[in-house]
Amino acid sequence: MNITLSITTTIYEFLLEYMSEGAANIGAMITIALIYLAIFAVAGLYLVLLERKIAAWFQLRLGPNRVGPWGLLQTMADALKLVSKELTGTVKADKFLYNLAPYFVIVSSLMALAVFPFTKEFQAFDINIGIFFLIAISSIGVIGILLGGWASNNKFALIGAMRSGVQTISYELSVGLSLITMVLITGSLQLSEIVEIQKNGWLIVQGHIPAIIAFMIYMIAGTAETNRAPFDMVEAESELGAGFHTEYSGMKFAYFFLAEFINMFIIAAIATTVFFGGWLSPFGITESIPWLGVFWFMGKTLLIVFLMMWFRWTFPRLRVDQLLTLEWKYLLPLNLLNIVLMAIIVWLNLTIQL
Amino acid sequence: MDTTTVTNFKSEEYFINMGPQHPATHGVLRLLLTIDGEIIKKVEPDLGYIHRSIEKMCERDSYQQIVHLTDRMDYLSSHINNEAVCLTVENALELEVPERVKVIRTIIGELTRIASHCLWWGVLGMDVGALTTYFYGFRDREMINDIFEETCGARLTMNYNIPGGLMFDIHPNFVQRTKDFVTHFKTKIPEYDKLLTGNVIFQKRMKGVGILSKEDAISFGASGPVGRGSGYSCDVRKHHPYSALDKVIFNEALKTEGDSLARYEVRIQEMWESLSIIEQLIDNIPEGEHKVATKAVIKLPKGEFYQKVETARGELGVFINSTGTKNPYRLKFRSPGFSNLSLLNHIAVGGKIGDLVASMATLDIVVPDIDR
Repeated sequence: MNITLSITTTIYEFLLEYMSEGAANIGAMITIALIYLAIFAVAGLYLVLLERKIAAWFQLRLGPNRVGPWGLLQTMADALKLVSKELTGTVKADKFLYNLAPYFVIVSSLMALAVFPFTKEFQAFDINIGIFFLIAISSIGVIGILLGGWASNNKFALIGAMRSGVQTISYELSVGLSLITMVLITGSLQLSEIVEIQKNGWLIVQGHIPAIIAFMIYMIAGTAETNRAPFDMVEAESELGAGFHTEYSGMKFAYFFLAEFINMFIIAAIATTVFFGGWLSPFGITESIPWLGVFWFMGKTLLIVFLMMWFRWTFPRLRVDQLLTLEWKYLLPLNLLNIVLMAIIVWLNLTIQL
Repeated sequence: MDTTTVTNFKSEEYFINMGPQHPATHGVLRLLLTIDGEIIKKVEPDLGYIHRSIEKMCERDSYQQIVHLTDRMDYLSSHINNEAVCLTVENALELEVPERVKVIRTIIGELTRIASHCLWWGVLGMDVGALTTYFYGFRDREMINDIFEETCGARLTMNYNIPGGLMFDIHPNFVQRTKDFVTHFKTKIPEYDKLLTGNVIFQKRMKGVGILSKEDAISFGASGPVGRGSGYSCDVRKHHPYSALDKVIFNEALKTEGDSLARYEVRIQEMWESLSIIEQLIDNIPEGEHKVATKAVIKLPKGEFYQKVETARGELGVFINSTGTKNPYRLKFRSPGFSNLSLLNHIAVGGKIGDLVASMATLDIVVPDIDR
């Protein structure tokens, strides 16, 4: 089977036959963006369905099973319903910021998807500061949440937004530092190169003890970054109603909702790329069939997504001060020590190379 | 909001209406919160959203009819509420009910208590953010409701008690199904502990939060698991046994810490005790009539009558002032939830919003019980 995986070049060369070089470049970018948007909007919807199904299995229920076979069209129907709903808002809301907020959130999560290598060459945008780009872009989302909470002119939304600000700013440190721990081994921020290096063993094996610590910190902080339980202070249904998106309805609410799930996918995808060898198959068993990399990548990512859903449906929620204690008193010092440990291991060449 | 409630506002404090429509208030309870950032400065419960003037309606109705109104107060202990009114009327008439009635009333009362605690456990989990507990609690409660449905014909508001006995005799399957449930539930309480009690986040959320001292528990009139969590021995079943409770051996669940975790553990312990009471009684249900005949129109002698029972929430008192007619001149319920809610401000001030929700969940309030 001969599938062209380098999508950017393929589309660019196709367009080059019809137009000038500059126009083809822009045309290729727009086409790729549209393809990604379409794929991940649908993927986000199916993550919602997956979550609902998994929640149902945890909770002795059946989950959605009425719309389509096994409820496969349920979230599609929900999305259609949300699109057709009236957009309501508060009278005293700051209209401009109120309308702007959902786009910040959804755009930042969709932009992050551009840099992931789904398999060799199947990558929209291979920049040499991939990790840095991911950390930077994921911080934009919180601006949307803060804006939304502030502009809704609702106190519950405001408390939710402020909690979100506090939480994201704190846990971003841990996400960044745990990724930097791994960058010490790879020596590169470019995601495609990070995956290439893992042909000698996934980084969680190469970096052994500090890598496992870094992975655990990353998972805790990553769950907190996506504002999911046990760190869902932002929504905290039993405390704040719906938190920052209390006053949003219809498609604007759907943007927030979808962004949460795409963010979860992103956190899992980063973990896959940085710790578990990205699109590489275990022991190179399917190396001869390059397009299978997509399945390995998605498989590993969905496994981590499942782990995060498992957290959500099992653990109680932390209190806001306990949340900050965990980060500033435990995770951050541990993380800094871990970096030193990793540096020593890399310096003394103690990494495991398979 | 009326202006009288916002005196002495500091500039950094702000005001929030929690409820009447809010997921944490379990019904239509409105809390007026004064908050500084995340810290609670003042909590004022505001009632009246589900007031149905049950006490006034009782003055209009006959004593048989009153029993049916009490279902709608604390709907999670409906059987025990019915029993309270029936016991008061029977005491006033000096009516001796058969042993069989007493035993069945006690068994169903304890099943009601377990069902109520199951629901409380599930909802508490939800309030602290663990959504799965809700379904586990409801799974076991469903079995009890099925037993009730078979015997009483209703699942929630059972109306099984009448002055003088029971509406009808128990279903032939009742004994077997109750035994099955006891066996089943004995394996499920350890599961509850595994899922929630031992969880480190849950322990952190509960330990040392919402502390109520024994002195305060007594002066606020706390009863039920709330009082017993603070070391105040207030189990009516133990101190003033009614029905068949004087024939069984059980321990009063007592904790001295007074925090949310203590109240939680008291309720878990109570489920074990209730199971033990049911086990002692279920094999020895005496044969006999399921009611004694009463007159079609019950007229209580002139005077004042009081009877208290232990519902799943605490001490429910029924006070009847009779002038010798077929209706009470005045009927007053001493509901456990009202006194327990009154100490919410006392235990929640100084905590975070999350603490308020967790403490309120361990008070186990049922709003229609508070707001009759």
